[in-house]
Amino acid sequence: MIKAILIFNNHGKPRLIRFYQYFAEDMQQQIIRETFHLVSKRDDNVCNFLEGGSLIGGSDYKLIYRHYATLYFVFCVDSSESELGILDLIQVFVETLDKCFENVCELDLIFHMDRVHYILQEVVMGGMVLETNMNEIVAQVEVQNRMEKSEGGLSAAPARAVSAVKNMNLPEIPRNINIGDINIKVPSLSPF
Amino acid sequence: MSPSVPLQEMIRAIRSARTQCEERGVIQRECAAIRAQFRQADNGGRSHNLAKLLYVHMLGYPAHFGQMECVRMIASPRYSEKRVGYLGAMMLLDEKQDASLLITNSIKNDLSHSNQYVQSLALCTLACMGSAEMCRDLAPEIDRLLRASNSYIKKKAALCAVHIVRKVHELGELFAPAARSLLAEKNHGVLHGAVVLITELCERNPETLERFRKTVPDLVQIMKGLVISGYSPEHDVAGVSDPFLQVRILRLLRILGRNNEAASDAMNDLLAQVATNTDSTKTVGNAVLYETVLTVLDIKSESGLRVLAVNILGRFLLNNDRNIRYIAMTSLQRIVGTDHNAVQRHRGTIVDCLKDQDASVKRRALELSLALVSATNIRSMMKELLLFLSSCPLELRSQAASGIFNAAERYAPSQRWHIDTILHVLTTAGGDVRDETVPNLIQLITNTSELHCYTVHKLYRALLSDISQQSLVQVACWCIGEYGDLLLRGECQETEPVQVTEDDVLDALETVLQSHMSAPATRGFALTATMKLSTRITDNVDRIRSIVSIYGSCIDVELQQRAVEYNALFKKYDHMRAAVLERMPVIEKNSPGHTNGESTREAVKEVQPAKVKQAETLLPQQPANQVCDLLDLLGGSEEPLQSNPAVGSTVPVLPISTSSTAGGDLLDLLGGLEPTPLTPAPTVTVYEKSGVTLTLSREKQSDSGLTVTLTASNSTDSDISSFTLQAAVPKSVQLHMKAPSGDSLPARGAAKVTQMVVLSNPNKVNLKMRIRISYTSQGSAFQDTVQVDSFPEH
Repeated sequence: MIKAILIFNNHGKPRLIRFYQYFAEDMQQQIIRETFHLVSKRDDNVCNFLEGGSLIGGSDYKLIYRHYATLYFVFCVDSSESELGILDLIQVFVETLDKCFENVCELDLIFHMDRVHYILQEVVMGGMVLETNMNEIVAQVEVQNRMEKSEGGLSAAPARAVSAVKNMNLPEIPRNINIGDINIKVPSLSPF
Repeated sequence: MSPSVPLQEMIRAIRSARTQCEERGVIQRECAAIRAQFRQADNGGRSHNLAKLLYVHMLGYPAHFGQMECVRMIASPRYSEKRVGYLGAMMLLDEKQDASLLITNSIKNDLSHSNQYVQSLALCTLACMGSAEMCRDLAPEIDRLLRASNSYIKKKAALCAVHIVRKVHELGELFAPAARSLLAEKNHGVLHGAVVLITELCERNPETLERFRKTVPDLVQIMKGLVISGYSPEHDVAGVSDPFLQVRILRLLRILGRNNEAASDAMNDLLAQVATNTDSTKTVGNAVLYETVLTVLDIKSESGLRVLAVNILGRFLLNNDRNIRYIAMTSLQRIVGTDHNAVQRHRGTIVDCLKDQDASVKRRALELSLALVSATNIRSMMKELLLFLSSCPLELRSQAASGIFNAAERYAPSQRWHIDTILHVLTTAGGDVRDETVPNLIQLITNTSELHCYTVHKLYRALLSDISQQSLVQVACWCIGEYGDLLLRGECQETEPVQVTEDDVLDALETVLQSHMSAPATRGFALTATMKLSTRITDNVDRIRSIVSIYGSCIDVELQQRAVEYNALFKKYDHMRAAVLERMPVIEKNSPGHTNGESTREAVKEVQPAKVKQAETLLPQQPANQVCDLLDLLGGSEEPLQSNPAVGSTVPVLPISTSSTAGGDLLDLLGGLEPTPLTPAPTVTVYEKSGVTLTLSREKQSDSGLTVTLTASNSTDSDISSFTLQAAVPKSVQLHMKAPSGDSLPARGAAKVTQMVVLSNPNKVNLKMRIRISYTSQGSAFQDTVQVDSFPEH
């Protein structure tokens, strides 16, 4: 079982935290700090598995992490998960983020935290791996995003109004009707 | 108040705050605005507010006021609001909060929603934070979804079922049939979920395991399909077809094949195929191979397959990728117990990994090396391990040190080597060893009498170079105290002779005594050693006398007590000094005197509390000798504890008298022991009130009579005096009470009063006795009567 998924940057600021086991809020922050402390000490060419933290699961858990540019992706798992499998899962997750955000960078994660959560929900559910096929995940996320946009609502109204006006197919309304110098005498017609 | 800003703008505002204080200010303002908005009725920006709250929560600020809003949003008909509401529920709510019960109904409705994405939201939330009650309520719904829905929902329902089974074990039965049928699905996501569900069910319940064994052929079929089939673009990850599913199935096969011949046979071919066909150049291939190896080693596979598996692990060990090496060592650790020889072949590589830079790899290598130590390779392994100890990271030090000690104790080729090894460890990592190392080492040294000279020379030299490692200093002081004469004699066969004068030795000990680095216990060792030397050296006895008298006014109470007592030895009891400070006898291993070694001959008054402390730490480890210890404590005798023939008959008294001094805790520990079969005196407690206990034990029985002993004890805090017993029996029985042993019962059961009573019963009537107890306690008189209707049987 995956106990927690943490994404933080090189300075320890959390970018995404998801716990699949109950911890009180201050415990959560402490775990983030401890994990950052352990992971940031590691060199870049050592192995991606860490043991030795004491807060989360006691002795039965390890930290499996990957370092991409400025972000650490840390999965905290117990012994029922395959370590190499989780490494691949991290890779799949990052590639999915890349596809959804188009060349994802840290700012994307910062400003669209909720969307990252929704993507993660398609990959890992309740601490267990749900789907690993990248295309499938992306497709589902797209559908859900479309559903959300289509509802819109008041706050989306200005945006919708603008896009509605843009899309309106107005026929050409003649503004200056230049008939020229023709004097038309309109005879009074009898009512219909 | 200012209108609330959308999520991005708030994030921008937070990020632009330059100090923590500014950031806190921004967040507080935003939270206040959010709270106000929550209190208002329906407005369009609700989802934004909750999203902002979740962001703030991630940064660590309190967000509990959003819980009710989550509940409201989940109930909203709009998808965008539901989405954020469920996310909020997963982040902010958990089963301990009351608000989580409120969403049960919403989840139930959403599970039957027409829109599959709403259903999936509900499933996701249930799987993350569903409490046991919620799970019980909604399990039938999940079962329905498992059977009759599209594959997107089915895979989510399968994982949700796993969560339910984890929370409420009994519901596993409910899901077993559905799980079985899911194995026929084509969709990999659903298959994956089904395999996880079956794994969970099998791990929980052995009967379910039996039933699912029949699915082994199906699983083998699916695996074959994955391995052999050509390139399938949807599931391919770096050339391996859906490795995640393969790994899951292999794990399930492992569980099903364990301890079962038939199932293991069915898998053999498949495993061989996977092992040979999988491409091991990429991580994914290695993941599958690794899982295959673990499965082969766990089930009852044929020997050829096992050899193949261990060879694959060996190849992993030589891989350049550290991850693979780490994994290989983890799995070798699991099989080192069963396939020891196979792992021994890779010992060289493992020992090399000790020198790797990576701390995780080092940790694995250390554990594996310690498991591989055997009588044949002890010398070379120990060299490597000692080298490792001098350069290992701090967190591994104590593990390494204790591992080395264990290995040395089991496989030491010679005593001298053993002592050398321990000394080496103490000099390099003395601060990280466990406390019992010191007495263990001392006991080892006293046992090797031929090496005393060598040992004391080595220790003396170590002491001169470094007095910061407390364990080492303690052992050194003790040895110098004991064997100082050998040190002063100067010659020694095993090491080069060095001239040591009495002044040098006393200087060394004084340095230890005065150094600020020495712990109080260490200083105690040094003082005692100095004292012992007074009988072993001839010239500087005055110096010793002055040292000892200085410490008579030391602040440390322990040191002061010792110094005062040693002073007394010098002054009043000088005639006893030589006898008291004699050489220690050889301490036997595992004898109760073992840890008492250094204190038995010490100043007399210290013994009792010291013994209690040490005996208490000893007891958990040496149950066989607990009884001897306890008796010594209760009896307060000073001799080294030889087994006392009186032990057996007094044992039965102990469980009954619940009152003793420090023996109180020890008796609780005794509770874990099997009671020694009661000896000839069966006892029964006849009276127990206000701290006074009266027991009756049968001594002798003849055809016409019975002799019993009445024993009284007092567990209160105050002494009892004028304790008297009077007895009455039925008319035909004759009673003769012998003189009691005394009439006062000191507090807390320090002593007992016994009285023998002879009953002669020629008519063989039913024996009954009424006893009247009278005593004085705390100035007032007490009296009580008790009737004994049944006497203890044989």
